[in-house]
Amino acid sequence: MNALEVAASVRAGETSALEVVAESLERVAARNEELNVFVHLDAEGALAAARRVDERVAAGETPALAGVPVALKDNLCVRGQPTTAGSRILAGWRPPYDATVVERLAAAGAVALGKANMDEFAMGSSTETSAYGPTRNPLDPTRVPGGSSGGSAAAVAAGMVPVALGSDTGGSIRQPAALCGLVGVKPTYGLVSRYGLIAFASSLDQIGPFAATVAEAALVLEVIAGHDPLDTTSLPEPAPALVGHLDDGVAGRRVGLCRELVEGADPEVVAAVQRAAEALARAGASVEEVSIPELRLGLSAYYLIAPAEASSNLARYDGVRYGLRVDGPDVEAMNVATRTVGFGDEVKRRIMLGTYALSAGYYDAYYGQALKVRTRMIEAFARAYARVDTLLGATAPSVAFALGAKTQDPLAMYLSDVFTIPTNLAGEAALSVPFGTGEGGLPIGVQLLGPARSEARLFAAARVLEAEVGR
Amino acid sequence: MAGLSREDVAKVARLARIALDDVELDRFTDQLAQVLEHARDLEALDLAGVAPTAHPHGLVNVVRDDVVRASLERTEVLAQAPDVAEDRFSVPRIIGEAP
Amino acid sequence: MSLPEGWEVVVGLEVHTELRTATKLFCGCANAFGAEPNTQTCPVCLGLPGSLPVLNRRAVELAMAIGLALHATVSSSTFHRKNYFYPDMPKDFQISQYDRPINAGGYLDLPDGSRVGIERAHLEEDTGKSTHLGGGGRIHGAERSLVDYNRSGVPLVEIVSAPDIRSAAQARAYAAELRGILIATGASDGRMEEGSMRVDANVSVHRVGEPFGTRCEMKNLNSLRSLQRAIDYEAERQYALVASGGVVRQETRHWDEDRGVTSTMRSKEEADDYRYFQEPDLVELVPEPAWVEAVRAGLGPMPAARRAHLAALLDEPTPAQLDAVGTVVDLGVDDFVEAAVAQGVEADRAIARAANELAGEARERPGLTPGAFAATLRLEQAGELSATQAKAVLATLALAGGDPVGVARELGFERMAAGELEGLIDGLIGEHPDEWGRFCEGDDKLAQFFTGRVMRATRGQADGKVVLDLLRARRG
Repeated sequence: MNALEVAASVRAGETSALEVVAESLERVAARNEELNVFVHLDAEGALAAARRVDERVAAGETPALAGVPVALKDNLCVRGQPTTAGSRILAGWRPPYDATVVERLAAAGAVALGKANMDEFAMGSSTETSAYGPTRNPLDPTRVPGGSSGGSAAAVAAGMVPVALGSDTGGSIRQPAALCGLVGVKPTYGLVSRYGLIAFASSLDQIGPFAATVAEAALVLEVIAGHDPLDTTSLPEPAPALVGHLDDGVAGRRVGLCRELVEGADPEVVAAVQRAAEALARAGASVEEVSIPELRLGLSAYYLIAPAEASSNLARYDGVRYGLRVDGPDVEAMNVATRTVGFGDEVKRRIMLGTYALSAGYYDAYYGQALKVRTRMIEAFARAYARVDTLLGATAPSVAFALGAKTQDPLAMYLSDVFTIPTNLAGEAALSVPFGTGEGGLPIGVQLLGPARSEARLFAAARVLEAEVGR
Repeated sequence: MAGLSREDVAKVARLARIALDDVELDRFTDQLAQVLEHARDLEALDLAGVAPTAHPHGLVNVVRDDVVRASLERTEVLAQAPDVAEDRFSVPRIIGEAP
Repeated sequence: MSLPEGWEVVVGLEVHTELRTATKLFCGCANAFGAEPNTQTCPVCLGLPGSLPVLNRRAVELAMAIGLALHATVSSSTFHRKNYFYPDMPKDFQISQYDRPINAGGYLDLPDGSRVGIERAHLEEDTGKSTHLGGGGRIHGAERSLVDYNRSGVPLVEIVSAPDIRSAAQARAYAAELRGILIATGASDGRMEEGSMRVDANVSVHRVGEPFGTRCEMKNLNSLRSLQRAIDYEAERQYALVASGGVVRQETRHWDEDRGVTSTMRSKEEADDYRYFQEPDLVELVPEPAWVEAVRAGLGPMPAARRAHLAALLDEPTPAQLDAVGTVVDLGVDDFVEAAVAQGVEADRAIARAANELAGEARERPGLTPGAFAATLRLEQAGELSATQAKAVLATLALAGGDPVGVARELGFERMAAGELEGLIDGLIGEHPDEWGRFCEGDDKLAQFFTGRVMRATRGQADGKVVLDLLRARRG
């Protein structure tokens, strides 16, 4: 099921959105119990929305995503639908408003089936920190799908929906895309409105698409991108043209194979990146090796900045206004009881880490220093992009790992994001595209990185790699 | 950056309004100390004179016009509240004054 | 009250003023006082997950106007999060300005010629409001608290003075002058009773020439009178403490207006750790010169200039007249005086009437325009109305409107024919020959005896001055 084909067929009246969505719901029903992909399914709402799309098509409209079923990461607010961010503390909460991306998808004729599982508040790289149980990798259910957007990735990889939305704060779209054999995009910071995205780390979070193919991902991004007056940090310009540039190729482009974006990765991953470089060269790009030593500082800076912002963003879950309340004799005791019961360990770890990094006496040494590293990283990327258009590296150090393999070792889990984090710190664009397989026939993703607003070029390069592996 | 102590973790837990038992306190102290140990590579850097980046891009003066938009219906606002009285959010007694 | 020779009180004031915008600081909910609880809220000001703030341009401009009026420098600024848990704060952090406020450095000159430095005037959001059930409505002893978020996110400017103030009276004068400036800029309605202007006072005492003492912060100062009384009380309390060998502890103290005392509200011993950091959901504010100049150009004259202008209308003004000028400016009724003077009314009369007759319901006088005010005073000046009558006409106009001549007629204030008055006076002379005799012998005190009786007989409609003239003419 390809989103472009579905939309074309629904627009042409060859199939109805209702049929498409009903089939999609059947595929969900077939594997959801096994994989734990959707934490909330709105079958009735989806069927009703599909009927409305059919009416729009009958009335002569030609929506870009007519009848395309989508999965939404559970940190995207949908009016009246449970939205938990994978946390017990938001159990039962139904937002009174829609996220901007949710509105834009609906306006384009897409039909949301429900909410996909995720690591609690997007903190994790395996979807195992969800309060609603782990999601399994559809390609090997003993393995994780990656995270934090593991439910969104699994929904596409299991063929339940052709496309899904996730959010990427340090790799949470690209890493699960790599582990599930999908295209996953972390757009330039500000390209997609964050209004209605439950915040993890506000200066790093971006919403982006998952899809089986580059073209589908580009189409979805075109639909959700563009200025939103409800998000101050939204870039001022309208959505860029992406689909029209898919076949631009890479002839004459300069690609930098970045040493720091492969070092420490499994040999089979390094080899895949090497083969990707060769493929790009064959397609006419000039490929050179580059080194950006500052990227090695990314992980440390990230694990101070993101928790610091998170400690503040997650303060509001205090039992007063919505979600869980565990009562106590006074309001402070109630806050403590609610947060102690409502948050899982990973969230508590990050809140405490962030609180510490911001607290009196430590701010300069930790948070302040991390912000300066961020400056250094932006400058280093800028120097690299003065020489090359695009950087190439690994997305994740390995193929999908076994469930439970890293849950007792937070630092090992954090290292899963070592190649994806620098892009978030710089606010730039990157995507992961499947390129070959490794251990157990599991997919390997390679990462393409570019400066802000370089999505069209990244998609064109990804398309070259996609063609090389015959998709 | 001195090593992270158990007392440090207890203090941040209080600030963050999270209760930890003794076992958790030990475990979190170990885990957080590990992460901070990894962050030691930042400590060594000479970043004097480098401006901090709090924002990935340099937008300025993003403002909106002072025009009223509809508020939410009160029933919808209060429907999500754990406890309501007299059309307000009800909470157990507040002990301290706001700062 | 005063401290002993050689001691002085040191005061710095933190004034929070709500801005008179149509909407809140970061969302489009109405900024209006007195609505039903929780009816002016949305995802943003309720701090719902996923919501994001967008800054109100008008609030920025009013903040700049305040800064410019206080001679501060308007510069690039950022917003920070001040993190602490409190149920009336929906995000459990307050968006405020920290190390880079929109306005920094400035001063305020008081009518007595003293100058108080302004450290900063920054933008921030207000919190919601909690009320307490049980325990008599006070926070202590309450069983439950109820929160209304209508006020959450209302724009505030916090104006922090330097510790330049040296008496309770000066503190009061500062607050009054600042209030006038806030009203003049259009930024605030300055209503302390409704909480749209809130004053906290940092008070310490020291021996002149020695370092400042430990300060305490006074809260719950709901009027200028409370401010002055609380500082006086607190200065004495601290002096008594120090004089008896005690030490002042840094703390927040609550002013009890009924009992006239301050009491400990919150100890500051354990340092607050607000973990300030730059608000990632907002961007830097960089007021370009053209924007700042446009705001400056829109500023009307400030109270000091307006007082000087009105005072210049008077020849060698007396202290009482200058007080009246100050009242006119405080009431914001300069335009009434201007209109009257433009129509030939003596400035003294115009200022006195404006100061005394436009107070009180100053804001609720829909029918009383500057033109009607001027016309009424002209009737008075021409002797068509007595002073008492003119005041009654103004009061009626304020409530019901109309034109002054018509109102005077409806009130029965026909000008008394001179002949009618003379007849009345003749009658009184006949009834009181002894008094008249003494008046004729030069006992002027008796003039009051006769005018009083004429006024009573005419129910106040006669012009006292005319009556006196007639009496003197009759005496010969």
